[in-house]
Amino acid sequence: MIRQRKDRTPQGYLQHLTRLGPILGFALLVIASGCSRESKVEIATREKILIMGNGAEPKALDPHIVSSVGDSNILRALFEGLVAYHPTNDMLHEPGVAERWEANEDFSEWTFYLRKNAKWSNGDPVTAHDFIYSYNRILHPEMAAPYSSMLYFLKNAEEFNKGEIKDFSKVGVKAEGDFTLICKLKGPTPYFPDVVKHTTWLPVHGPTIEKFGNITDPYTEWQKPGNHVSNGAFILTAWRINAYVKVRRNPNYWDGANVKPNGIDFKPIDNVFTEEKAFRNGLLHYTYVLPENLIAKYKEASDPRLRTETYAGSYFYRCNVDQAPTDNVSFRRALAYAIDQETIVEFVTRGGQQPAYGFTPPSKAGYDPPKIIAFDPEKARLHLKEAGYESGSDVPEFTVIINTSEAHKSIAVAIQDMWKKHLGIEKVKIENQEWKVFQQTVHDTNYEVSRAGWIGDYVDPNTFLSMWVSGDSNNNTGWSNAEFDRLMEESGLISDPAQRYATLKEAERILLNDLPILPIYWYTRTYLIHPDVKNWHPLLLDNHPYKYIDLVSEEDKEEVRP
Amino acid sequence: MESVRFVLLRLLQSFFALLCIITLTFFLARLAPGGPFLDEKAVPEHLLEQMNKKYGFDKPLVVQYGLYLGQLIQGDLGPSLGNKGFTVNEVISEGLPVSFILGFVGLLIALVIGVPIGVFAAANRNTPVDYGLMTVAMIGICLPTFVIAPILGEIFALKLGWFDVAGWEGSTAWFLGAVTLGLYYSAYIARLTRGSMLDVLSQDFVRTARAKGLTPSKILFKHAFRGGITPVVAYLGPALAGLIGGSFVVETVFGIPGLGQHFIKAASNRDYTLINGTVTVFAILILIMNFLVDVLQAWLDPRTKTGN
Repeated sequence: MIRQRKDRTPQGYLQHLTRLGPILGFALLVIASGCSRESKVEIATREKILIMGNGAEPKALDPHIVSSVGDSNILRALFEGLVAYHPTNDMLHEPGVAERWEANEDFSEWTFYLRKNAKWSNGDPVTAHDFIYSYNRILHPEMAAPYSSMLYFLKNAEEFNKGEIKDFSKVGVKAEGDFTLICKLKGPTPYFPDVVKHTTWLPVHGPTIEKFGNITDPYTEWQKPGNHVSNGAFILTAWRINAYVKVRRNPNYWDGANVKPNGIDFKPIDNVFTEEKAFRNGLLHYTYVLPENLIAKYKEASDPRLRTETYAGSYFYRCNVDQAPTDNVSFRRALAYAIDQETIVEFVTRGGQQPAYGFTPPSKAGYDPPKIIAFDPEKARLHLKEAGYESGSDVPEFTVIINTSEAHKSIAVAIQDMWKKHLGIEKVKIENQEWKVFQQTVHDTNYEVSRAGWIGDYVDPNTFLSMWVSGDSNNNTGWSNAEFDRLMEESGLISDPAQRYATLKEAERILLNDLPILPIYWYTRTYLIHPDVKNWHPLLLDNHPYKYIDLVSEEDKEEVRP
Repeated sequence: MESVRFVLLRLLQSFFALLCIITLTFFLARLAPGGPFLDEKAVPEHLLEQMNKKYGFDKPLVVQYGLYLGQLIQGDLGPSLGNKGFTVNEVISEGLPVSFILGFVGLLIALVIGVPIGVFAAANRNTPVDYGLMTVAMIGICLPTFVIAPILGEIFALKLGWFDVAGWEGSTAWFLGAVTLGLYYSAYIARLTRGSMLDVLSQDFVRTARAKGLTPSKILFKHAFRGGITPVVAYLGPALAGLIGGSFVVETVFGIPGLGQHFIKAASNRDYTLINGTVTVFAILILIMNFLVDVLQAWLDPRTKTGN
């Protein structure tokens, strides 16, 4: 009895513990030696697998449910739309499922001729009916797809989506045979091929959807690896929440011979510092972002892995036009002209952003917003007087709300300081709100000034300007201007691109004179990319078609050289 | 008989506590402003209505609560609103084992470091060794994990290349995570061990042992240790539960797909079902741990049972 208990005495425990020491030490050594000298990225390059940091965990892998940047990065690998993204230029189109397409004279009816060799990953042919099925699904009221409004270009799509029309055959899309798709639009849309590139226009495989549920069941098992059927260059092979989404070569893809990578691993790392460390550690080929305070470090070292590119996005503040003091247009102008945008991009954001002289970022397609906004303290003070304030100290207290983030806070503090310095406004409060609370506040227009950002869905000023139409669900400022609404509607009827741009510019001029918004800067994207990644070109919308991206080890190349 | 009554009573208390937690969580989550479907790009009003209908959020809250309890009894936690296509059951069954390994190894490391330091400091009470060790422990308590974790990553992963800096499967980063947690908790355990050892060492039976002429090490390990370690055992249960649930920072810094991340993200996403699910799981975990500790303590020290 006594002997048996000896093991359980404290002394026994301690002896065990001391014996555990070397074992633990040994385990440490094993773990440490377990990492091979070749980094994960080097192995991946050899196997032609691209490893990408991809921001937050994807919300879903169903093109009808999601539309965030990170989610669409994955969807672009899995699915192919009628028109595909061009690898070097956002203005150009690549044939996707459609071999070619044409429009009628006023661009209000588009015909897409589908290739006959396009296949789903299970071998089924991709037909025009698949697209109609998909448009029916995303627009179906019971589906409640959050981004269904992207399809409102189609005639009667909005009415069907709102349940005002019950019969989908009335919506402006029909098939002629299996391989011709005709889209009848609400009005002339010369940029329609740009629109159909968006993830919301991607096709889904009907039989797969209905194998796991009803057509309008959004969250069924069909999205899981093994069940997922897609028509893009890659198929879904693994998905673990907060760890990875893995896609591999689709053997049934029509252009498989030209697909360079064998697969892509998407890593959801939403901590930006962890992501940068993972890159340095050889775990990633590409980072989704690079935090501002690390940009300088890479810049000083002129690190070739650092990339800074123009991005079709606008950073601005919304003003509540129904509430004092921002209900006064002169006051809003005073605020806008007192923002020293140059200083902000140079010393606060430091990512090479462009000071925004308008709202819509200028594009290579030829649209340039009217140059109205510029830092001008003199003019700002004049407008302040016009607004009825002798000096800035007469301005009643108001609040700028931002969603909690160091970056937004630094910008807000800088602007607060500029308003104080140039206008003498003393009582500006900055209030940060947690993301969802912030969204609710903005949605309810329950603020004076609020931070905002907008990324274009496609390359056309329409994606930036249409949100300011009276009552648009993204307007959220209370601003409404009949002339602006009229011009926007008119632009939807013009088929000549130059004339259409002129009308849009006219509309933007009204927006910038009335200023329900304070433009601050146009986005850039700053990220790190491994030298092994080839054919990764700067793109305005950052939608890279992965099939062209090659992975070649830089070391191998050096060895080949004499 | 008395033991059985004690166990049953504790079980009943745990169950009641769980019910309270579940109820409070359900209603508190709904009280927070914002909702699961709000995003930067606004969702049109008619679609919001449809979505709310789809998930039954249009029903009165009390009805929803009843339905939720009914599902819960069947072990169904519902679909996750933030991770569409996954049920809360799936999310938890993927994340919990990860957090468990992280927490368990972390606790092991904490014990291996903390207990010997505590005992050693107690044995050398009020000497420079004692002060030195306790200062280190104090620093350990004051340094939060979000400071230790990046430092460990920078040194052992990026400088020395012994570990990966992030990842889970096929990655060694989790060990750094476990060490981070271990170091943090070892400081507490060291202080706790020292304190209780000192208590025991000042008692009469130790004095008697000393008078009998036993060697100091024999007194320390054979007589004082069992009593001295009891508070540490009591601490282990809540510590393990805390380690599993509170590893959010470590999981974020080292990119580990554990439950801690879901616990926090569910709240910021207003993922009501996942909030309820994770809170319920953690509550059960903590209650089980506390229950086990109570029973274990009663076994170690029979006086606790009757409260004398």
